[in-house]
Amino acid sequence: MAILVYTENREGKFKKATFELLSYAQEIAQKTNTSVVALSIGNVEDETLKTLGQYGAKKIISVKNAPEFLDNKIYTDIITSVIEKEAANIVIMAHNLSGKALAPRISARLKAGLVSAAVSTPSSYDPFVVKKAVFTGKAFAHIKVNTALKVITLAQNSFGINDPQDQDVSIETFDAGVDTNSKTKLIDTHKITGKLLLTDAEVVVSGGRGMKSADNWHLLEELADVLGAGLACSRPISDEGWRPHDEHVGQTGKIIAPTLYIACGISGAIQHVGGISASKCIVAINKDPDAPIFEVADYGIVGDFQNVLPQLLEAVKNIKNS
Amino acid sequence: MKILVCISDVPDTTTKVKFKDDNTAFETAGVQWVINPWDELSLTRAVEMKEKTPGLIDNITVVTVGPKESEATIRKALAIGADNAIRVDALPKDAFYVASQIAEAVKNENFDIILTGIDSADYNGSAVGGMLAEMLDLTSVSSVSSLNAENSKVTVTREIEGGTETIEAATPFLAIVQKGIAIEPKIPAMRGIMMARTKPLKVVEPADSETLTHIEKFEMPQAKGACKKFDAEGVDELVNLLHNEAKMI
Ligand SMILES: Cc1cc2nc3c(=O)[nH]c(=O)nc-3n(C[C@H](O)[C@H](O)[C@H](O)COP(=O)(O)OP(=O)(O)OC[C@H]3O[C@@H](n4cnc5c(N)ncnc54)[C@H](O)[C@@H]3O)c2cc1C
Repeated sequence: MAILVYTENREGKFKKATFELLSYAQEIAQKTNTSVVALSIGNVEDETLKTLGQYGAKKIISVKNAPEFLDNKIYTDIITSVIEKEAANIVIMAHNLSGKALAPRISARLKAGLVSAAVSTPSSYDPFVVKKAVFTGKAFAHIKVNTALKVITLAQNSFGINDPQDQDVSIETFDAGVDTNSKTKLIDTHKITGKLLLTDAEVVVSGGRGMKSADNWHLLEELADVLGAGLACSRPISDEGWRPHDEHVGQTGKIIAPTLYIACGISGAIQHVGGISASKCIVAINKDPDAPIFEVADYGIVGDFQNVLPQLLEAVKNIKNS
Repeated sequence: MKILVCISDVPDTTTKVKFKDDNTAFETAGVQWVINPWDELSLTRAVEMKEKTPGLIDNITVVTVGPKESEATIRKALAIGADNAIRVDALPKDAFYVASQIAEAVKNENFDIILTGIDSADYNGSAVGGMLAEMLDLTSVSSVSSLNAENSKVTVTREIEGGTETIEAATPFLAIVQKGIAIEPKIPAMRGIMMARTKPLKVVEPADSETLTHIEKFEMPQAKGACKKFDAEGVDELVNLLHNEAKMI
């Protein structure tokens, strides 16, 4: 038995979310007396692979022979062959774009019960029960998995990352022996450069219709700069084209869970809140004292952004410089 | 080309969520049901393609797994522009069960393109599309934000961490769609609503299928503490609190 973690790389590097998955898997491994096996697909240097060991992987399986872009079918072939080879009983992936693409295919192929967007480690192992968010953050459900093999996708930022520890780890290069000719053809790739991705950001600065115009966004950009934050927006802002679609958060955009979320000129519509309610701390700036955003915020400033943002910027700069 | 759009009947996104029977069941009393937002956008895109390029799309079918009550939502989909509908007469039990039912109902229909939403607004499973692709052995692309088709080829844009990719594939093909596929859902016109009443809606019996998971109980999130509010004069104090009390900056 083993816990298999799909450790996805981005351009040969592992991100925080991967270490979160390993820390999560490590706790489950301790509770169930098994060990953690990490699966890496694509080209990653051995030195980089080894870092997975610091977060709990005892063994790393590296499959280098794979399409360079995500092909759902081929990646499913690879992952399922490793599940079988390692006799894994629990498979863990991130609830991100590729986890959402792959976990259901794996689940259907191996008839393995899937819990998507899990928010904590299993509350019981026999029966196997895991808590997940439902109704877009408005509630949780405890899901019982009936099958011997379980697949879990972990909601972002729902588990603390362990301090890295040096431990022995073995790396095995494995050829899954699957046909790697994709039936899909990658025509073009567009990379967002020079900006912190929302899903990587610890702090997020977000603006809504109350910002009045795209021309006022520099106020949020400056604040984000000083805070090392990512930028987000409410849906009307991206619909209007004031900001790119990848910044839209909420029910129909990205679901994020940063440590700090600063919402400026956002009313706090239920569909917006669904995407941010798992944030550890929410600060709202709104000129309407009754705006619903204050019901979910930890801290609030009632005021006009034109007045508040420059002051906030100064105050944050002072703290950062002190 | 024939398109299938999988639609789920979900509580309106503004619903105040409540549970009953000792938190083991969702309280449906007073709930307004709507087409799952992603599915509505998928359908909007399918109808757009059919209208904009005459001869490209011969037929748009919608399918749902749900009880008789979900027919109101199906009629809305027909009013938006689907040509016909299939309802598998069963209560959705889990994603695997739903995908199995759809697979069984459509496996002999030779759809060229199947569209499913990336998430459902109720159980947030993000699973039916991928499972269905696997069951029907179809090429699938997830997080699709644009879709175009010609002859037997589809071109999609999908979101990746930190960018987008444009991908081409041959039909039959399954796209799991997200934001961008269409911006605003199409509002049915009066004519559409009238026509929807007479469009074919086929009800099929559920196939034998297992479930892999079961919802044991629901739980509401803990109530948030009160918001500490300041006026514009209190910005410094707030930043101090964020630094010293919350240790956020
Ligand atoms: C199916 C569905 C899905 C949806 N999905 C999403 C989603 O994913 N994400 C999302 O964000 N929305 C979503 N929405 C839309 C949502 O319902 C709201 O319409 C939207 O979130 C409102 O955006 P807003 O807060 O920016 O604008 P508004 O609601 O217009 O709020 C603007 C706020 O700014 C404040 N304000 C105005 N002037 C100032 C000023 N000078 N200084 C300070 N504050 C000021 C106002 O008091 C107000 O509270 C969805 C809706 C539906 C129906």
